[in-house]
Amino acid sequence: MAGKKILMCGNDACGEGAVMAGCTFYAGYPITPQNELTAYMAKRMVEINGTFIQAESETAAINMVFGAAVAGARAMTSSSSPGVSLKQEGISYLAACELPCVIVNIQRGGPGLGNIAPAQGDYFQSVKGGGHGDYKVIVLAPSSVQELLEHTFTAFNLADKYRNPALILGDGLLGQMMEPVELEGRRQILKVEKPWTLTGCKGRAPNVIKSLLLGDGALEEHNKKLQAKYNTIKATEVRAQSFNIADSDLILVAYGSVARTAKAAMSKARAKGLKVGLVRPITLWPFPAKLLEEAAGRTKKFLVVEMSAGQMVEDVMLSVKGKAEVDFYGRMGGGIPTEEEIMEKIEALI
Amino acid sequence: MAKEKKAIIETIPRSMRDAETHYCAGCGHGIVHRLVCEVVDELGIRDKTIAVAPVGCAVLAYDYWDFDVTEAAHGRTPAVATGIKRVRPNNIVFTYQGDGDLAAIGTAEIIHAANRGENITVIFVNNGVYGMTGGQMAPTTLAGQKTATTLSGRNLRREGYPIKILEMLAVLPGVKYLERVSVHSAQDVLRAKRAIKKSFKTQVDNKGFSMIEVLSMCPTYWGLTPIQSVDRIKGEMSNYYPIGVVKSY
Repeated sequence: MAGKKILMCGNDACGEGAVMAGCTFYAGYPITPQNELTAYMAKRMVEINGTFIQAESETAAINMVFGAAVAGARAMTSSSSPGVSLKQEGISYLAACELPCVIVNIQRGGPGLGNIAPAQGDYFQSVKGGGHGDYKVIVLAPSSVQELLEHTFTAFNLADKYRNPALILGDGLLGQMMEPVELEGRRQILKVEKPWTLTGCKGRAPNVIKSLLLGDGALEEHNKKLQAKYNTIKATEVRAQSFNIADSDLILVAYGSVARTAKAAMSKARAKGLKVGLVRPITLWPFPAKLLEEAAGRTKKFLVVEMSAGQMVEDVMLSVKGKAEVDFYGRMGGGIPTEEEIMEKIEALI
Repeated sequence: MAKEKKAIIETIPRSMRDAETHYCAGCGHGIVHRLVCEVVDELGIRDKTIAVAPVGCAVLAYDYWDFDVTEAAHGRTPAVATGIKRVRPNNIVFTYQGDGDLAAIGTAEIIHAANRGENITVIFVNNGVYGMTGGQMAPTTLAGQKTATTLSGRNLRREGYPIKILEMLAVLPGVKYLERVSVHSAQDVLRAKRAIKKSFKTQVDNKGFSMIEVLSMCPTYWGLTPIQSVDRIKGEMSNYYPIGVVKSY
Protein backbone atom coordinates (compact mmCIF):
# COMPACT_ATOMS: atom_id res chain seq x y z
CA MET A 1 0.00 0.00 0.00
CA ALA A 2 1.44 3.30 -1.00
CA GLY A 3 1.76 5.54 2.04
CA LYS A 4 0.80 9.14 2.37
CA LYS A 5 3.30 11.60 0.99
CA ILE A 6 4.31 14.79 2.72
CA LEU A 7 6.29 17.73 1.41
CA MET A 8 9.77 17.95 2.92
CA CYS A 9 13.04 19.67 2.15
CA GLY A 10 16.05 17.47 1.56
CA ASN A 11 17.84 18.43 4.75
CA ASP A 12 14.78 17.55 6.86
CA ALA A 13 14.32 14.25 5.03
CA CYS A 14 17.95 13.39 5.73
CA GLY A 15 17.39 14.03 9.44
CA GLU A 16 14.21 11.92 9.44
CA GLY A 17 16.07 9.05 7.75
CA ALA A 18 18.60 9.20 10.58
CA VAL A 19 15.90 9.15 13.25
CA MET A 20 14.22 6.18 11.52
CA ALA A 21 17.58 4.40 11.55
CA GLY A 22 17.82 4.74 15.31
CA CYS A 23 20.23 7.65 15.43
CA THR A 24 20.21 8.93 19.01
CA PHE A 25 23.14 11.32 18.89
CA TYR A 26 23.76 14.33 16.70
CA ALA A 27 26.45 17.00 16.99
CA GLY A 28 26.83 19.75 14.43
CA TYR A 29 27.88 23.29 13.71
CA PRO A 30 25.93 25.86 11.68
CA ILE A 31 26.88 26.21 8.02
CA THR A 32 24.80 26.92 4.92
CA PRO A 33 23.26 25.15 2.96
CA GLN A 34 22.70 22.40 5.55
CA ASN A 35 21.29 24.45 8.44
CA GLU A 36 17.78 22.95 8.20
CA LEU A 37 19.28 19.57 9.04
CA THR A 38 20.91 20.82 12.24
CA ALA A 39 17.68 22.56 13.22
CA TYR A 40 15.66 19.43 12.41
CA MET A 41 17.92 17.30 14.60
CA ALA A 42 17.71 19.87 17.41
CA LYS A 43 13.95 19.31 17.38
CA ARG A 44 13.85 15.55 16.77
CA MET A 45 16.61 14.54 19.19
CA VAL A 46 14.71 16.24 22.01
CA GLU A 47 11.48 14.49 20.94
CA ILE A 48 13.07 11.02 20.96
CA ASN A 49 15.09 11.64 24.13
CA GLY A 50 18.35 11.51 22.20
CA THR A 51 21.27 13.94 22.35
CA PHE A 52 21.67 17.09 20.29
CA ILE A 53 24.76 19.23 20.75
CA GLN A 54 25.52 22.43 18.89
CA ALA A 55 29.28 22.03 19.04
CA GLU A 56 31.85 24.81 19.38
CA SER A 57 33.45 23.77 16.10
CA GLU A 58 33.30 21.22 13.30
CA THR A 59 36.26 19.41 14.83
CA ALA A 60 34.52 19.20 18.19
CA ALA A 61 31.34 17.94 16.49
CA ILE A 62 33.05 15.06 14.70
CA ASN A 63 34.94 14.15 17.87
CA MET A 64 31.72 14.16 19.89
CA VAL A 65 30.44 11.71 17.31
CA PHE A 66 33.64 9.72 17.87
CA GLY A 67 32.82 9.57 21.58
CA ALA A 68 29.19 8.63 20.95
CA ALA A 69 30.31 5.84 18.59
CA VAL A 70 32.83 4.63 21.18
CA ALA A 71 29.91 4.42 23.62
CA GLY A 72 27.86 2.40 21.11
CA ALA A 73 25.28 4.93 19.89
CA ARG A 74 24.19 5.41 16.30
CA ALA A 75 25.61 8.90 15.80
CA MET A 76 25.65 11.52 13.06
CA THR A 77 27.13 14.86 12.18
CA SER A 78 26.48 17.03 9.16
CA SER A 79 28.03 20.01 7.48
CA SER A 80 28.84 21.58 4.16
CA SER A 81 32.12 21.61 2.25
CA PRO A 82 34.40 23.92 4.32
CA GLY A 83 33.06 22.34 7.49
CA VAL A 84 33.63 18.84 6.21
CA SER A 85 37.25 19.78 5.47
CA LEU A 86 37.60 20.58 9.16
CA LYS A 87 36.17 17.20 10.11
CA GLN A 88 38.71 15.22 8.10
CA GLU A 89 41.10 14.62 11.01
CA GLY A 90 38.25 13.10 12.99
CA ILE A 91 37.09 10.99 10.05
CA SER A 92 40.59 9.51 9.71
CA TYR A 93 40.55 8.56 13.42
CA LEU A 94 37.03 7.11 13.13
CA ALA A 95 38.10 4.98 10.16
CA ALA A 96 41.33 3.94 11.89
CA CYS A 97 39.48 2.92 15.07
CA GLU A 98 36.74 1.25 12.97
CA LEU A 99 33.97 3.29 14.53
CA PRO A 100 30.60 3.38 12.75
CA CYS A 101 28.96 6.76 12.21
CA VAL A 102 27.27 8.81 9.51
CA ILE A 103 28.62 12.09 8.13
CA VAL A 104 26.50 14.24 5.83
CA ASN A 105 28.06 16.71 3.39
CA ILE A 106 25.56 19.04 1.70
CA GLN A 107 28.16 20.43 -0.69
CA ARG A 108 28.53 24.08 -1.65
CA GLY A 109 30.74 25.92 -4.10
CA GLY A 110 34.46 26.05 -3.41
CA PRO A 111 37.39 26.24 -3.00
CA GLY A 112 37.82 28.30 0.14
CA LEU A 113 34.73 29.91 1.55
CA GLY A 114 33.32 29.73 -1.98
CA ASN A 115 29.59 30.34 -2.04
CA ILE A 116 26.41 28.65 -0.86
CA ALA A 117 25.30 27.35 -4.25
CA PRO A 118 25.19 23.61 -5.07
CA ALA A 119 28.45 21.95 -6.17
CA GLN A 120 30.17 18.58 -6.39
CA GLY A 121 33.72 19.72 -5.77
CA ASP A 122 34.22 17.44 -2.75
CA TYR A 123 34.20 14.18 -4.71
CA PHE A 124 37.95 13.61 -4.36
CA GLN A 125 37.83 14.47 -0.65
CA SER A 126 34.96 12.02 -0.13
CA VAL A 127 36.09 8.99 -2.12
CA LYS A 128 39.87 9.22 -2.09
CA GLY A 129 40.33 9.69 1.64
CA GLY A 130 40.12 13.32 2.68
CA GLY A 131 42.16 12.94 5.83
CA HIS A 132 45.55 11.37 6.42
CA GLY A 133 46.42 7.73 5.94
CA ASP A 134 45.08 4.80 3.92
CA TYR A 135 41.38 4.60 4.66
CA LYS A 136 38.02 4.63 2.96
CA VAL A 137 34.56 5.78 3.92
CA ILE A 138 31.43 4.40 2.29
CA VAL A 139 29.96 7.20 0.14
CA LEU A 140 26.31 7.32 -0.91
CA ALA A 141 25.06 9.94 -3.38
CA PRO A 142 21.29 10.48 -3.25
CA SER A 143 19.58 12.31 -6.10
CA SER A 144 16.18 13.15 -4.61
CA VAL A 145 14.66 14.19 -1.32
CA GLN A 146 13.21 10.70 -0.87
CA GLU A 147 16.64 9.22 -1.49
CA LEU A 148 18.23 11.53 1.06
CA LEU A 149 15.96 9.86 3.59
CA GLU A 150 16.49 6.31 2.31
CA HIS A 151 20.25 6.57 1.84
CA THR A 152 20.78 8.11 5.26
CA PHE A 153 18.87 5.17 6.72
CA THR A 154 20.99 2.74 4.69
CA ALA A 155 24.20 4.54 5.65
CA PHE A 156 23.63 3.71 9.33
CA ASN A 157 23.18 0.03 8.51
CA LEU A 158 26.30 -0.04 6.34
CA ALA A 159 28.33 1.81 8.97
CA ASP A 160 27.36 -0.72 11.64
CA LYS A 161 27.75 -3.70 9.31
CA TYR A 162 31.34 -2.81 8.48
CA ARG A 163 32.35 -0.79 11.58
CA ASN A 164 33.19 2.08 9.25
CA PRO A 165 32.14 5.71 8.76
CA ALA A 166 29.60 6.23 5.97
CA LEU A 167 29.15 9.55 4.21
CA ILE A 168 26.13 11.04 2.49
CA LEU A 169 27.32 13.26 -0.35
CA GLY A 170 24.54 15.64 -1.28
CA ASP A 171 24.58 19.23 -2.47
CA GLY A 172 22.83 22.50 -1.73
CA LEU A 173 20.21 21.82 -4.39
CA LEU A 174 19.16 18.51 -2.80
CA GLY A 175 19.35 19.87 0.71
CA GLN A 176 17.22 22.92 0.02
CA MET A 177 14.59 21.72 -2.43
CA MET A 178 11.22 20.35 -1.37
CA GLU A 179 9.67 17.20 -2.80
CA PRO A 180 6.94 14.79 -1.74
CA VAL A 181 8.34 12.13 0.56
CA GLU A 182 6.83 8.84 1.59
CA LEU A 183 7.69 8.25 5.22
CA GLU A 184 6.22 4.77 5.46
CA GLY A 185 8.29 2.00 4.01
CA ARG A 186 9.75 -1.39 4.73
CA ARG A 187 13.02 -0.34 6.23
CA GLN A 188 14.85 -2.58 8.62
CA ILE A 189 17.41 -1.52 11.14
CA LEU A 190 20.37 -3.91 10.98
CA LYS A 191 21.00 -5.14 14.50
CA VAL A 192 24.71 -5.61 15.05
CA GLU A 193 26.39 -6.79 18.23
CA LYS A 194 29.00 -4.28 19.40
CA PRO A 195 31.13 -6.08 21.98
CA TRP A 196 33.94 -3.58 21.35
CA THR A 197 32.10 -0.54 22.74
CA LEU A 198 33.18 1.14 25.96
CA THR A 199 30.47 0.60 28.52
CA GLY A 200 32.59 0.15 31.63
CA CYS A 201 34.31 -3.21 32.09
CA LYS A 202 31.66 -4.83 34.31
CA GLY A 203 31.81 -8.59 33.84
CA ARG A 204 34.42 -8.49 31.09
CA ALA A 205 38.03 -7.55 30.38
CA PRO A 206 38.56 -3.84 29.67
CA ASN A 207 38.07 -2.62 26.09
CA VAL A 208 40.50 -0.23 24.45
CA ILE A 209 39.81 1.90 21.36
CA LYS A 210 43.00 3.16 19.75
CA SER A 211 44.72 3.87 16.48
CA LEU A 212 48.29 4.25 17.78
CA LEU A 213 50.11 1.04 16.92
CA LEU A 214 53.79 1.30 17.68
CA GLY A 215 54.74 -2.39 17.84
CA ASP A 216 56.96 -3.80 15.10
CA GLY A 217 54.70 -4.33 12.07
CA ALA A 218 51.52 -3.78 14.09
CA LEU A 219 50.31 -0.81 12.06
CA GLU A 220 51.01 -2.57 8.77
CA GLU A 221 48.94 -5.53 9.99
CA HIS A 222 46.12 -3.19 11.00
CA ASN A 223 46.23 -1.57 7.57
CA LYS A 224 46.07 -4.97 5.88
CA LYS A 225 43.00 -5.79 7.96
CA LEU A 226 41.39 -2.49 6.94
CA GLN A 227 42.18 -3.07 3.28
CA ALA A 228 40.69 -6.58 3.45
CA LYS A 229 37.51 -5.02 4.84
CA TYR A 230 37.49 -2.40 2.09
CA ASN A 231 37.84 -5.18 -0.50
CA THR A 232 34.80 -6.93 0.99
CA ILE A 233 32.84 -3.68 0.78
CA LYS A 234 33.95 -3.23 -2.84
CA ALA A 235 32.79 -6.74 -3.69
CA THR A 236 29.47 -6.44 -1.86
CA GLU A 237 28.12 -2.94 -1.65
CA VAL A 238 28.35 -1.31 -5.09
CA ARG A 239 25.09 0.40 -5.98
CA ALA A 240 24.27 2.05 -9.29
CA GLN A 241 21.42 2.62 -11.72
CA SER A 242 21.72 2.27 -15.45
CA PHE A 243 19.36 3.25 -18.24
CA ASN A 244 19.50 2.21 -21.92
CA ILE A 245 23.10 1.06 -21.76
CA ALA A 246 22.54 -2.02 -23.96
CA ASP A 247 22.20 -0.10 -27.21
CA SER A 248 23.90 3.25 -26.68
CA ASP A 249 26.39 5.13 -28.80
CA LEU A 250 26.99 7.43 -25.87
CA ILE A 251 26.54 6.81 -22.14
CA LEU A 252 26.17 9.68 -19.72
CA VAL A 253 27.68 9.24 -16.27
CA ALA A 254 26.44 11.49 -13.48
CA TYR A 255 25.60 11.26 -9.77
CA GLY A 256 23.45 13.14 -7.29
CA SER A 257 21.20 15.95 -8.42
CA VAL A 258 23.02 16.25 -11.76
CA ALA A 259 22.05 12.66 -12.57
CA ARG A 260 18.43 13.84 -12.81
CA THR A 261 19.30 16.55 -15.32
CA ALA A 262 21.40 14.02 -17.23
CA LYS A 263 18.46 11.60 -17.28
CA ALA A 264 16.19 14.28 -18.69
CA ALA A 265 18.79 15.03 -21.37
CA MET A 266 18.99 11.31 -22.16
CA SER A 267 15.20 11.12 -22.67
CA LYS A 268 15.28 14.18 -24.92
CA ALA A 269 18.10 12.66 -26.96
CA ARG A 270 16.26 9.34 -27.28
CA ALA A 271 13.18 11.21 -28.49
CA LYS A 272 15.38 12.70 -31.19
CA GLY A 273 16.56 9.21 -32.14
CA LEU A 274 19.98 9.54 -30.55
CA LYS A 275 21.15 6.37 -28.77
CA VAL A 276 22.06 7.75 -25.38
CA GLY A 277 22.20 5.88 -22.06
CA LEU A 278 22.98 6.78 -18.46
CA VAL A 279 24.95 5.24 -15.62
CA ARG A 280 24.28 6.79 -12.26
CA PRO A 281 26.62 5.66 -9.49
CA ILE A 282 24.75 5.57 -6.16
CA THR A 283 27.78 4.48 -4.15
CA LEU A 284 30.71 6.69 -5.15
CA TRP A 285 32.93 4.49 -3.02
CA PRO A 286 32.80 1.64 -3.72
CA PHE A 287 32.62 2.84 -7.34
CA PRO A 288 30.63 0.86 -9.96
CA ALA A 289 33.80 0.15 -11.96
CA LYS A 290 32.69 -3.24 -13.34
CA LEU A 291 29.39 -1.88 -14.62
CA LEU A 292 31.23 0.88 -16.49
CA GLU A 293 33.87 -1.48 -17.86
CA GLU A 294 31.18 -3.80 -19.21
CA ALA A 295 29.27 -0.87 -20.66
CA ALA A 296 32.49 0.27 -22.34
CA GLY A 297 32.38 -2.87 -24.48
CA ARG A 298 28.98 -1.86 -25.84
CA THR A 299 29.32 1.86 -26.42
CA LYS A 300 31.70 4.18 -28.20
CA LYS A 301 31.74 7.13 -25.83
CA PHE A 302 31.07 8.22 -22.29
CA LEU A 303 30.13 11.74 -21.28
CA VAL A 304 30.68 12.46 -17.59
CA VAL A 305 28.65 15.39 -16.25
CA GLU A 306 29.54 16.94 -12.91
CA MET A 307 29.22 20.16 -10.92
CA SER A 308 33.00 20.30 -10.68
CA ALA A 309 36.08 20.75 -12.83
CA GLY A 310 36.03 16.99 -13.41
CA GLN A 311 36.68 14.67 -10.52
CA MET A 312 34.55 11.53 -10.93
CA VAL A 313 35.66 11.55 -14.58
CA GLU A 314 39.01 10.15 -13.39
CA ASP A 315 37.31 7.12 -11.83
CA VAL A 316 35.27 6.62 -15.00
CA MET A 317 38.50 6.62 -17.05
CA LEU A 318 40.08 4.10 -14.65
CA SER A 319 36.99 1.90 -14.92
CA VAL A 320 36.68 2.08 -18.71
CA LYS A 321 40.37 1.17 -19.12
CA GLY A 322 40.69 2.86 -22.50
CA LYS A 323 37.97 0.71 -24.10
CA ALA A 324 35.92 3.79 -25.00
CA GLU A 325 36.38 7.53 -25.26
CA VAL A 326 35.60 9.47 -22.07
CA ASP A 327 34.46 13.10 -22.42
CA PHE A 328 33.52 15.57 -19.76
CA TYR A 329 31.16 18.44 -19.23
CA GLY A 330 31.10 20.35 -15.96
CA ARG A 331 30.24 23.62 -14.29
CA MET A 332 32.03 24.94 -11.23
CA GLY A 333 31.59 27.32 -8.32
CA GLY A 334 27.85 26.85 -8.03
CA GLY A 335 27.13 26.62 -11.75
CA ILE A 336 24.58 23.92 -12.60
CA PRO A 337 24.72 22.05 -15.93
CA THR A 338 21.38 22.46 -17.72
CA GLU A 339 19.53 19.93 -19.84
CA GLU A 340 20.20 22.11 -22.89
CA GLU A 341 23.92 22.32 -22.21
CA ILE A 342 24.17 18.54 -21.82
CA MET A 343 22.08 18.08 -24.98
CA GLU A 344 24.38 20.37 -26.92
CA LYS A 345 27.39 18.37 -25.77
CA ILE A 346 25.67 15.07 -26.68
CA GLU A 347 24.92 16.31 -30.17
CA ALA A 348 28.48 17.49 -30.63
CA LEU A 349 29.81 14.07 -29.62
CA ILE A 350 27.46 11.75 -31.52
CA MET B 1 64.90 -7.72 48.78
CA ALA B 2 62.35 -10.34 47.74
CA LYS B 3 60.11 -9.32 50.60
CA GLU B 4 60.30 -5.67 49.63
CA LYS B 5 59.30 -6.43 46.03
CA LYS B 6 56.33 -8.48 47.18
CA ALA B 7 55.15 -5.63 49.38
CA ILE B 8 55.16 -3.21 46.43
CA ILE B 9 53.25 -5.60 44.18
CA GLU B 10 50.66 -6.17 46.87
CA THR B 11 49.88 -2.50 46.90
CA ILE B 12 49.23 -2.19 43.17
CA PRO B 13 45.66 -0.87 42.87
CA ARG B 14 43.10 -3.20 41.30
CA SER B 15 42.59 -0.63 38.52
CA MET B 16 46.29 -0.59 37.63
CA ARG B 17 47.91 -3.16 35.38
CA ASP B 18 51.05 -4.84 36.63
CA ALA B 19 53.22 -3.23 33.95
CA GLU B 20 56.43 -1.27 33.77
CA THR B 21 55.68 2.22 32.44
CA HIS B 22 57.57 3.89 29.58
CA TYR B 23 57.99 7.11 31.54
CA CYS B 24 61.41 8.66 32.15
CA ALA B 25 63.07 8.55 35.57
CA GLY B 26 61.61 11.22 37.81
CA CYS B 27 58.51 11.82 35.64
CA GLY B 28 55.28 12.51 37.53
CA HIS B 29 52.88 10.67 35.20
CA GLY B 30 53.35 7.31 36.96
CA ILE B 31 52.32 8.85 40.28
CA VAL B 32 49.26 10.54 38.78
CA HIS B 33 48.23 7.33 36.98
CA ARG B 34 48.38 5.49 40.26
CA LEU B 35 46.46 8.14 42.18
CA VAL B 36 43.65 7.96 39.63
CA CYS B 37 43.56 4.15 40.01
CA GLU B 38 43.52 4.33 43.80
CA VAL B 39 40.61 6.77 43.68
CA VAL B 40 38.69 4.65 41.15
CA ASP B 41 39.16 1.64 43.45
CA GLU B 42 38.18 3.49 46.60
CA LEU B 43 35.00 4.83 45.00
CA GLY B 44 34.20 1.35 43.66
CA ILE B 45 33.66 2.67 40.12
CA ARG B 46 36.21 0.60 38.13
CA ASP B 47 33.54 -1.34 36.24
CA LYS B 48 31.80 1.81 35.06
CA THR B 49 34.79 4.04 34.41
CA ILE B 50 35.65 5.13 30.86
CA ALA B 51 38.87 7.08 30.35
CA VAL B 52 39.89 9.24 27.42
CA ALA B 53 43.66 9.21 26.87
CA PRO B 54 45.36 12.16 25.20
CA VAL B 55 47.98 12.53 22.52
CA GLY B 56 51.27 13.12 24.27
CA CYS B 57 53.36 11.22 26.81
CA ALA B 58 50.27 9.68 28.44
CA VAL B 59 48.82 8.26 25.21
CA LEU B 60 49.81 4.77 26.36
CA ALA B 61 47.81 5.09 29.60
CA TYR B 62 45.63 2.17 28.48
CA ASP B 63 48.68 -0.06 28.93
CA TYR B 64 48.67 0.86 32.63
CA TRP B 65 44.99 1.30 33.48
CA ASP B 66 42.82 -1.75 33.86
CA PHE B 67 39.48 -0.27 32.82
CA ASP B 68 37.89 0.90 29.53
CA VAL B 69 39.99 3.50 27.70
CA THR B 70 39.78 5.24 24.35
CA GLU B 71 42.29 7.41 22.58
CA ALA B 72 41.31 10.80 21.22
CA ALA B 73 42.84 13.00 18.55
CA HIS B 74 45.19 15.67 19.90
CA GLY B 75 43.20 18.13 22.04
CA ARG B 76 39.80 16.67 21.11
CA THR B 77 39.79 14.73 24.38
CA PRO B 78 36.95 16.72 26.08
CA ALA B 79 34.80 16.50 22.91
CA VAL B 80 35.21 12.70 22.87
CA ALA B 81 34.43 12.57 26.61
CA THR B 82 31.32 14.69 25.97
CA GLY B 83 30.08 12.20 23.36
CA ILE B 84 30.65 9.24 25.69
CA LYS B 85 29.11 10.86 28.78
CA ARG B 86 26.00 12.05 26.93
CA VAL B 87 25.38 8.55 25.57
CA ARG B 88 26.22 6.85 28.90
CA PRO B 89 25.38 9.30 31.69
CA ASN B 90 25.63 6.53 34.31
CA ASN B 91 29.25 5.79 33.49
CA ILE B 92 32.13 7.73 35.03
CA VAL B 93 34.05 9.49 32.28
CA PHE B 94 37.36 11.27 32.71
CA THR B 95 39.99 12.76 30.45
CA TYR B 96 43.70 12.71 31.21
CA GLN B 97 45.47 15.48 29.35
CA GLY B 98 48.84 17.17 29.13
CA ASP B 99 49.50 20.87 28.69
CA GLY B 100 49.91 20.69 24.91
CA ASP B 101 46.72 18.66 24.51
CA LEU B 102 44.61 20.76 26.89
CA ALA B 103 46.09 24.26 26.85
CA ALA B 104 47.22 24.57 23.21
CA ILE B 105 45.59 22.48 20.48
CA GLY B 106 42.56 21.63 22.62
CA THR B 107 41.85 25.02 24.16
CA ALA B 108 38.47 25.38 22.46
CA GLU B 109 37.35 21.87 23.46
CA ILE B 110 38.24 22.28 27.16
CA ILE B 111 36.65 25.72 27.45
CA HIS B 112 33.40 24.64 25.84
CA ALA B 113 33.15 21.30 27.66
CA ALA B 114 33.62 23.27 30.89
CA ASN B 115 31.15 25.94 29.83
CA ARG B 116 28.51 23.34 28.97
CA GLY B 117 29.03 22.02 32.47
CA GLU B 118 29.66 18.52 31.16
CA ASN B 119 29.54 16.15 34.11
CA ILE B 120 33.06 14.83 33.54
CA THR B 121 36.38 14.80 35.39
CA VAL B 122 39.51 16.28 33.83
CA ILE B 123 42.99 15.39 35.05
CA PHE B 124 45.34 18.01 33.62
CA VAL B 125 49.02 17.19 34.00
CA ASN B 126 51.06 20.37 33.69
CA ASN B 127 54.80 19.91 33.31
CA GLY B 128 55.30 23.03 31.24
CA VAL B 129 56.77 21.31 28.21
CA TYR B 130 55.97 19.00 25.27
CA GLY B 131 57.49 15.69 26.33
CA MET B 132 56.52 13.21 23.61
CA THR B 133 57.80 15.36 20.75
CA GLY B 134 61.11 16.36 22.28
CA GLY B 135 60.75 19.19 24.75
CA GLN B 136 59.22 22.08 22.82
CA MET B 137 57.62 25.12 24.47
CA ALA B 138 54.12 24.54 25.89
CA PRO B 139 51.56 27.27 26.59
CA THR B 140 52.40 26.66 30.26
CA THR B 141 56.19 26.98 29.85
CA LEU B 142 57.48 29.51 32.40
CA ALA B 143 59.13 32.80 31.44
CA GLY B 144 62.79 32.27 30.73
CA GLN B 145 62.45 28.48 30.51
CA LYS B 146 64.70 26.95 27.87
CA THR B 147 63.02 24.46 25.54
CA ALA B 148 63.69 22.98 22.09
CA THR B 149 61.81 25.92 20.56
CA THR B 150 62.83 28.67 23.02
CA LEU B 151 66.57 28.15 22.96
CA SER B 152 67.41 31.25 24.95
CA GLY B 153 64.41 30.90 27.25
CA ARG B 154 60.74 31.83 26.83
CA ASN B 155 60.59 35.51 25.98
CA LEU B 156 57.28 36.97 27.14
CA ARG B 157 57.29 39.69 24.49
CA ARG B 158 57.86 37.15 21.75
CA GLU B 159 56.05 34.04 23.02
CA GLY B 160 53.44 35.49 25.35
CA TYR B 161 52.65 34.50 28.91
CA PRO B 162 52.27 31.08 30.53
CA ILE B 163 48.54 30.25 30.58
CA LYS B 164 46.73 29.72 33.87
CA ILE B 165 43.92 27.51 32.64
CA LEU B 166 42.21 26.94 35.99
CA GLU B 167 41.92 30.65 36.65
CA MET B 168 40.46 31.10 33.15
CA LEU B 169 37.87 28.37 33.66
CA ALA B 170 36.92 29.58 37.14
CA VAL B 171 34.70 32.35 35.72
CA LEU B 172 32.45 29.84 33.94
CA PRO B 173 29.25 29.05 35.86
CA GLY B 174 29.20 25.47 34.51
CA VAL B 175 32.45 24.70 36.33
CA LYS B 176 31.95 23.31 39.84
CA TYR B 177 35.34 22.37 41.19
CA LEU B 178 38.92 23.33 40.28
CA GLU B 179 42.05 22.61 42.27
CA ARG B 180 45.76 22.81 41.54
CA VAL B 181 47.96 20.21 43.17
CA SER B 182 51.44 18.81 42.70
CA VAL B 183 53.24 15.49 43.00
CA HIS B 184 56.67 16.78 44.02
CA SER B 185 56.47 15.68 47.67
CA ALA B 186 54.78 12.98 49.72
CA GLN B 187 52.54 15.57 51.33
CA ASP B 188 51.57 17.00 47.96
CA VAL B 189 50.89 13.53 46.54
CA LEU B 190 48.40 12.92 49.36
CA ARG B 191 46.78 16.28 48.73
CA ALA B 192 46.64 15.50 45.00
CA LYS B 193 44.86 12.24 45.77
CA ARG B 194 42.27 14.01 47.93
CA ALA B 195 41.62 16.49 45.11
CA ILE B 196 41.36 13.79 42.45
CA LYS B 197 38.95 11.88 44.68
CA LYS B 198 36.80 14.95 45.20
CA SER B 199 36.80 15.55 41.46
CA PHE B 200 35.52 12.03 40.74
CA LYS B 201 33.04 12.36 43.59
CA THR B 202 31.78 15.59 42.00
CA GLN B 203 30.90 13.59 38.91
CA VAL B 204 29.45 10.64 40.85
CA ASP B 205 27.17 13.13 42.64
CA ASN B 206 26.14 14.67 39.29
CA LYS B 207 27.39 18.11 40.26
CA GLY B 208 29.05 18.94 36.93
CA PHE B 209 32.44 19.78 35.48
CA SER B 210 35.57 19.53 37.58
CA MET B 211 39.26 19.63 36.80
CA ILE B 212 42.43 18.97 38.73
CA GLU B 213 45.66 20.51 37.48
CA VAL B 214 48.66 18.50 38.61
CA LEU B 215 52.08 20.16 38.53
CA SER B 216 54.41 17.40 37.46
CA MET B 217 58.14 16.89 36.96
CA CYS B 218 59.79 16.46 33.57
CA PRO B 219 63.51 16.07 34.42
CA THR B 220 64.33 14.99 30.85
CA TYR B 221 63.17 18.19 29.16
CA TRP B 222 63.83 20.52 32.05
CA GLY B 223 67.47 19.43 31.84
CA LEU B 224 67.46 18.78 35.58
CA THR B 225 67.93 15.81 37.87
CA PRO B 226 64.79 14.36 39.47
CA ILE B 227 65.75 16.02 42.78
CA GLN B 228 66.34 19.39 41.09
CA SER B 229 62.99 18.98 39.32
CA VAL B 230 61.19 18.51 42.62
CA ASP B 231 62.85 21.70 43.88
CA ARG B 232 61.79 23.55 40.75
CA ILE B 233 58.12 22.78 41.40
CA LYS B 234 58.56 23.76 45.06
CA GLY B 235 60.08 27.03 43.90
CA GLU B 236 59.36 28.87 40.66
CA MET B 237 56.66 26.61 39.27
CA SER B 238 54.31 26.71 42.26
CA ASN B 239 55.10 30.41 42.64
CA TYR B 240 53.56 31.06 39.23
CA TYR B 241 50.94 28.30 39.45
CA PRO B 242 49.79 28.51 43.10
CA ILE B 243 48.79 25.20 44.66
CA GLY B 244 45.31 25.22 46.15
CA VAL B 245 41.58 25.26 45.46
CA VAL B 246 40.65 27.68 42.68
CA LYS B 247 36.90 27.03 42.79
CA SER B 248 34.72 24.76 44.87
CA TYR B 249 31.15 24.15 45.94
